[in-house]
Amino acid sequence: MKREDIEAAAAPADAAFALSRLHGASSRTVLAMLGVAVIVLFVVFPVCNLMVPATSALHISDYTVTLLGKIMCYAIVALAMDLIWGYTGILSLGHGLFFALGGYAMGMYLMRTIGREGVYQSELPDFMVFLDWKAYPWYWSFTDHFWYAALLVVLVPGLLAFVFGYFAFRSRIKGVYFSIITQALTYAAMLLFFRNDTGFGGNNGFTDFKRILGFSITAPTTRMALFLITGAALLGFLLLGRAIVRSKLGRVLTAIRDAETRVMFSGYNPLYFKLFIWTLSAVICGIAGALYVPQVGIINPSEMSPANSIEIAIWTAVGGRGTLIGPVLGAAVVNLGKSWFTQVLPEYWLFVLGLVFILVTLFLPRGIAGLWTRSRT
Amino acid sequence: MIPSGSTDRSGGSSPGRVLQPGVDISHRGILYLDAISVSFDGFKALNDLSLTIDAGELRCVIGPNGAGKTTMMDVITGKTRPDAGTAFFGQTIDLTRLTEPEIADRGIGRKFQKPTVFAQHTVFENLELARKADKRVWPTLRAKLDSTAYGRILAILDTIKLASEARRLAGLLSHGQKQWLEIGMLLMQEPQLLLLDEPVAGMTDDETMRSAELFLSLAGEYTLVVVEHDMDFVARIADRVTVLHEGHVLAEGSMQQVQQDEQVIEVFLGR
Repeated sequence: MKREDIEAAAAPADAAFALSRLHGASSRTVLAMLGVAVIVLFVVFPVCNLMVPATSALHISDYTVTLLGKIMCYAIVALAMDLIWGYTGILSLGHGLFFALGGYAMGMYLMRTIGREGVYQSELPDFMVFLDWKAYPWYWSFTDHFWYAALLVVLVPGLLAFVFGYFAFRSRIKGVYFSIITQALTYAAMLLFFRNDTGFGGNNGFTDFKRILGFSITAPTTRMALFLITGAALLGFLLLGRAIVRSKLGRVLTAIRDAETRVMFSGYNPLYFKLFIWTLSAVICGIAGALYVPQVGIINPSEMSPANSIEIAIWTAVGGRGTLIGPVLGAAVVNLGKSWFTQVLPEYWLFVLGLVFILVTLFLPRGIAGLWTRSRT
Repeated sequence: MIPSGSTDRSGGSSPGRVLQPGVDISHRGILYLDAISVSFDGFKALNDLSLTIDAGELRCVIGPNGAGKTTMMDVITGKTRPDAGTAFFGQTIDLTRLTEPEIADRGIGRKFQKPTVFAQHTVFENLELARKADKRVWPTLRAKLDSTAYGRILAILDTIKLASEARRLAGLLSHGQKQWLEIGMLLMQEPQLLLLDEPVAGMTDDETMRSAELFLSLAGEYTLVVVEHDMDFVARIADRVTVLHEGHVLAEGSMQQVQQDEQVIEVFLGR
């Protein structure tokens, strides 16, 4: 760093240096990391899970595959959170809602594929039979088509975020007020989904899925396929995020975070920039939710609980806001810790999580990713 | 009145797309405030304020605290809507109907009292973001820095004497440097009218002197309205001075005329 500074001073007019400033990692590092990730995800995992016998030390269990698949979904959510919070400075405490909506949209399709194999052997899902409903409500139309469910996965969180965001940002609601409203939004949605009459299975939600696109949902190969698709989605969104934050638009987003009035008086309308990244972030969460549900096998309204959304913010903060790899690390570290801790000392997990959050805020304001950048400077 | 160095800058000098028709200054005036009143909870921040600024002029606005200087800028830039009165930019642009970004886009740049720059961006990037361009979402996502824009940024870096700081984060600059960077950002917007709220506050004597030179060199090509408390500075740069008091124009004229005005001496200068 020091030497570059001296060189820059020696060639004062050469402002090209200014643009080559590292927005995160350099292209070469990114390529190398991407290569390693692709090999581990797409070669090591399938081989060690499906081909290496269970007795071997190199075998990766189905449990591990599902756990990591789940964590990758969380990582996608944390990444989406980082785009809106870390880069744009807007803290959402309702991102769990978009995740759950994506999950519910996929869940509707998965419920339809159960067919007559439910407890009551009806065309309708068990919970509808239980409510004595005779037919699917209108909003379940076409959900037996995968493509339609996939469309809902994107459209429902996207539209909700767009409409909500338009009014919130147009009214210039900012900071903690915005956070509280998003929290209220997810809480209200949770209450709505808890009702049996809403038509989404009430507090039990959707579960007991049998198959997806004709494949048995519990088969190891299906699980591996879902795992790989999730991995590909994570890498894809990382690259998308990188393209966005390195663009001029990405610099405008950070500028909104740091000095919104100056952005306005520079001729940008922050409303549309916020709306763009907010809606994109919600859509990414929805997709993560849709990938999550077939792997975990259940979706219920507790995914919309305020605590869940707060946890998303914690993953992002622990990993490092304003970096791309940070939230991925944060989601992984916190959730691996959680799955270990809830087996050993389940009742203390929330205390530990709270403590971690406080310690990170105090001593590692730039998160785990900050350790790395600090060690380089 | 208008110094040489033409006021016609619309002739293809801009590399960015000109989104809106330029300001019509055919009657010499570039800014017309007429009978503007603004009140906050009964307090009249502006009271029947009327003011005309000619194109190419360097106007200083002075007045005691609470005279309405900042509110006046808020009205011009769309931050505050007047309760009564009209504000026109040139002959045709009604400022009371436009939002802040739209007004910025039509060619009014504003520097705040407290220097406001993008702390986490480099000096270069600050200028890049401010540059006149199509500032809607999609074009911004696709924007690439071409050589014309690059050259323009380098030129402004020289003007504001920050070329050697180009790749530093703006948040690390000294107070005076931030003031200059903010002025540079305004220039990148290629505005017709620059509103500068206490531009030399917190500057060293040397920096203040250099600012005076800069503003004098900008007048003519741009129209400048400077709100300032530093009377020596005002005396050095002003063509004309407007004195505000209780939201109203108290006096207007050259610095000398204003200084000899009985009313002005009473409320402001004479203390």
